[in-house]
Amino acid sequence: MSEYLSAEELKQHFSDIHPPFEHAEGAILEANRCINCYDAPCTKSCPTSIDVPLFIKQISSGNIKGSARTIFSSNIMGGGCSKVCPVEKLCEGACVYNLREEEPISIAKLQRYSTEKAIHEKWSLFERKPSNGKKVAVVGAGPAGLACAHALSLEGIDVTVFEKEGKGGGLMTYGVAAYKVTPESCQDEVDYITSIGGIDIQYNKELGKDVTLAGLQKEFDAVFVGIGVGVARELNIPGENLKGVVDAISFIYDLRTNDYSKITVGDKVAVIGMGMTAIDAATQSKRLGAKEVTMIYRRTEQEKPCTDVELDLAKLDGCLFEWLASPKEIIGENGKLKKLVCSKMKLGEPDSSGRRAPVDTGEIFTIEVDMIIKAAGQIPFEELVSGSALQNKGGKISINTSGETNLKGVFAGGDAVNGGKEVVDAVQAGKDGAKGILQYLKLSY
Amino acid sequence: MANLQSNFLGIKSPNPFWLASAPPTDKKINVLRAFEAGWGGVVWKTLGSQVKNVSSRYSTLDYNGQKVMGFNNIELISDRPLEINLQEIREVLKLFPDRAMVVSLMADNDRKSWHELVKKTQDTGAHGIELNFGCPHGMVERGMGAAVGQDPEIAKMVVEWVMEVAKIPVITKLSPNVHSVVPIGKSVIKGGTNGLSLINTIQSVTGIDLDTLVPNPNVGGKSVFGGYCGPAVKPIALKMLTTLAQDPDTRNIPVSGIGGISTWRDAVEFMLLGASNVQVCTAAMHYGFRIVRDMCDGLSNWMDEKGYTSTSDFIGLSVPKITRWEELDINYHIIANIDQSKCIHCGLCYIACEDTSHQSISIEKGMPYNTYTVKDEECVGCNLCKIVCPVDDCITMEEHRKGPEYLNWIEFQKRGLPLNDH
Ligand SMILES: Cc1cc2nc3c(=O)[nH]c(=O)nc-3n(C[C@H](O)[C@H](O)[C@H](O)COP(=O)(O)OP(=O)(O)OC[C@H]3O[C@@H](n4cnc5c(N)ncnc54)[C@H](O)[C@@H]3O)c2cc1C
Ligand SMILES: Cc1cc2nc3c(=O)[nH]c(=O)nc-3n(C[C@H](O)[C@H](O)[C@H](O)COP(=O)(O)O)c2cc1C
Ligand code: SF4
Ligand code: SF4
Repeated sequence: MSEYLSAEELKQHFSDIHPPFEHAEGAILEANRCINCYDAPCTKSCPTSIDVPLFIKQISSGNIKGSARTIFSSNIMGGGCSKVCPVEKLCEGACVYNLREEEPISIAKLQRYSTEKAIHEKWSLFERKPSNGKKVAVVGAGPAGLACAHALSLEGIDVTVFEKEGKGGGLMTYGVAAYKVTPESCQDEVDYITSIGGIDIQYNKELGKDVTLAGLQKEFDAVFVGIGVGVARELNIPGENLKGVVDAISFIYDLRTNDYSKITVGDKVAVIGMGMTAIDAATQSKRLGAKEVTMIYRRTEQEKPCTDVELDLAKLDGCLFEWLASPKEIIGENGKLKKLVCSKMKLGEPDSSGRRAPVDTGEIFTIEVDMIIKAAGQIPFEELVSGSALQNKGGKISINTSGETNLKGVFAGGDAVNGGKEVVDAVQAGKDGAKGILQYLKLSY
Repeated sequence: MANLQSNFLGIKSPNPFWLASAPPTDKKINVLRAFEAGWGGVVWKTLGSQVKNVSSRYSTLDYNGQKVMGFNNIELISDRPLEINLQEIREVLKLFPDRAMVVSLMADNDRKSWHELVKKTQDTGAHGIELNFGCPHGMVERGMGAAVGQDPEIAKMVVEWVMEVAKIPVITKLSPNVHSVVPIGKSVIKGGTNGLSLINTIQSVTGIDLDTLVPNPNVGGKSVFGGYCGPAVKPIALKMLTTLAQDPDTRNIPVSGIGGISTWRDAVEFMLLGASNVQVCTAAMHYGFRIVRDMCDGLSNWMDEKGYTSTSDFIGLSVPKITRWEELDINYHIIANIDQSKCIHCGLCYIACEDTSHQSISIEKGMPYNTYTVKDEECVGCNLCKIVCPVDDCITMEEHRKGPEYLNWIEFQKRGLPLNDH
């Protein structure tokens, strides 16, 4: 196992990777670069449709409050999103500056500028309508649940949130890389969202254990289910249960909830997968002090699910890559992890995802490891979902266009429905769910 | 290589770039530094009776993060003792005999005071005198500056007093705070002035501090109208300059162009509309004297490219290209064309035309990029889309004449041709 790094080194390794503007001048200079596009591609590329040119112009005119309101009225987690969104494939990726081969506007950094001020100075930008007596239960205080709760409370609904963990924010608090957000900033964001009132979060209350869906349906006028997805997918290969083989979600959960010095990381780590979670697991292992981190992926760099920016992050952290490699067997010695055997793959015909499918060549190779992190997708809470009589596909809850499930008055959204996307998608799903509920309760049409 | 030598009323300078009468020319240290940097000449900060300045003194108009689009001041004429100024002028003349040394004057409003001031000034060996009739603040209340510059009769009288004793060329600096500079220009020419210069600063309020509600610049909680200059005033100065060039009574008198000149390009524009040389203040106050390097270099390169050997080759060439509206050719018609390979799909042309012009650009929605095309039949050729387009040469205006022959408005009416039907 790896030697521990000093507290100072750890602090540096986990410092903010996208530092904010230090001064108003910097923000205004950047804001003035925005040419204020009409029907702006940045806005169209934001899942929550934030009016980007408007909030940027509000920064340049010195109307920071208005700017924060513009952001939050489309995306109540606009603060967190400014730090965690893969903007290179969203707003910034669509900025017209890219078409001139110039740096896009730093939309995320500008968004952080306004929202951080608002959260820090506790600006109250929204006023909730007087309580109308309707009660809605939200399960899960992740981005989807919080966005839904906020939108409902604004309209005068009394919302009770049931959250199985001791803190809100969902994967924002327990999953996203530690160098993007801190536990304090997540807590501040949750407090800011609930500061409009009408939202009661009941922590350590788990659906399926402490409460049941049927019970909630009885007690409340409507229910929103935003429970996200669970642990990492099984590899289903021999040796998977050896000590030293961990699931990325649990590994990161530990990292986000403990002092970095308390986390054990191997010397030679293999990370299985090439998505956002895999990248986060690899970079954070490296930052915790692992000597060698190898990322294992079945396809080539071209088909990778993460963005170029994320891959670059792993490359810059010194991670190694095995493309066209699929884990075949894990070998231990005296109960200790020793080797990972992989099959060499090649690309065949396109599969259902449209990407060329990896095909086993029959050749194998072996790498020395003392830790393996599984990060090849997450598994939905199939048992819980099916047990609650919710219609689903392999645990992913099915909803109609209004966000409603097969159960009357039960709505759902976020990772629990889409199987795992980004925070910003979950926020939009929460808004959609709230809209559906308001229509269902005849509070809007 | 082009020859930048300039001769204004017989006052020679190695280039046509002078510093205007203002803080950059208010003492020996500055002027020596200016000459070392390469300026062709200076108009020394206005001398006259003893005054006292306040603080603060300046404020600006900034736009979208761009500093000093316009500059405003509430300073008076020189607040240094006359004798010290005159002594320093003598010293500078000795050190830089090849540079133009013109001294700006504003005496008390009587014959004797003007006579004394002019005599003292020419005793220094200065090459010329500029009469400051245009200082728009402070001095007005004392019967000097703009008040003189706004009344053709008083202005003529003062010029006559000056000409009674002047042995060196006299330039009269015109105030822009009038409906037209032509009447006053005619009047001071009758009074005997050798040349004109324009413009001085324009009365202004640049803005208000939205916390204190006090306009800028703030002097202990109060403000006054200031004098506006810098890039924002260039178009106004150019128009005033042109009116002098168009009038038969003023067109033959040499003019020194002033107002918002920051680059050699601006300078060339003033000269194309009739200025023999130019004066600069704000640009130097913003960036220092070093800006003259590119002014000389850029002018010289441009002249070489155009085949001009001396500045007199192009002075006034654009004057005949400004005509009266009734003489414009109605048959000339242009239509915007978008080069789709250059377009970055910002939609600015579309929304400008749709909301504020002639609804002549069509939009085809795309994800995330829309496609914009000009509806040829609707386009009136106003230039708006081309102006707002952030990509150079993406929108071009293409000529599609309405008829082969030249047709002006007078003729159009005579023939009873149809007006727009939409
Ligand atoms: C390692 C990792 C890194 C990521 N990095 C990013 C990133 O950088 N940027 C980005 O945009 N997205 C990132 N994501 C994805 C993002 O975190 C999720 O898409 C988003 O959090 C989904 O929001 P959600 O509300 O649907 O679910 P979650 O965030 O998962 O929230 C669900 C909530 O429900 C609670 N819950 C679950 N079951 C129950 C139950 N039975 N009873 C009560 N409560 C329950 C959970 O404790 C949790 O609080 C990352 C994901 C992972 C795993
Ligand atoms: C601070 C300041 C003081 C000025 N003082 C005088 C002056 O004493 N006499 C004068 O004739 N013009 C004075 N001017 C006007 C300038 O000479 C010049 O006409 C005007 O600034 C326009 O040129 P610009 O746009 O290059 O600045 C002053 C201008 C400024 C900014
Ligand atoms: S696409 Fe870029 S330039 Fe256009 S509005 Fe958005 S941020 Fe501004
Ligand atoms: S303004 Fe220019 S770049 Fe923008 S959409 Fe129109 S033609 Fe394209």
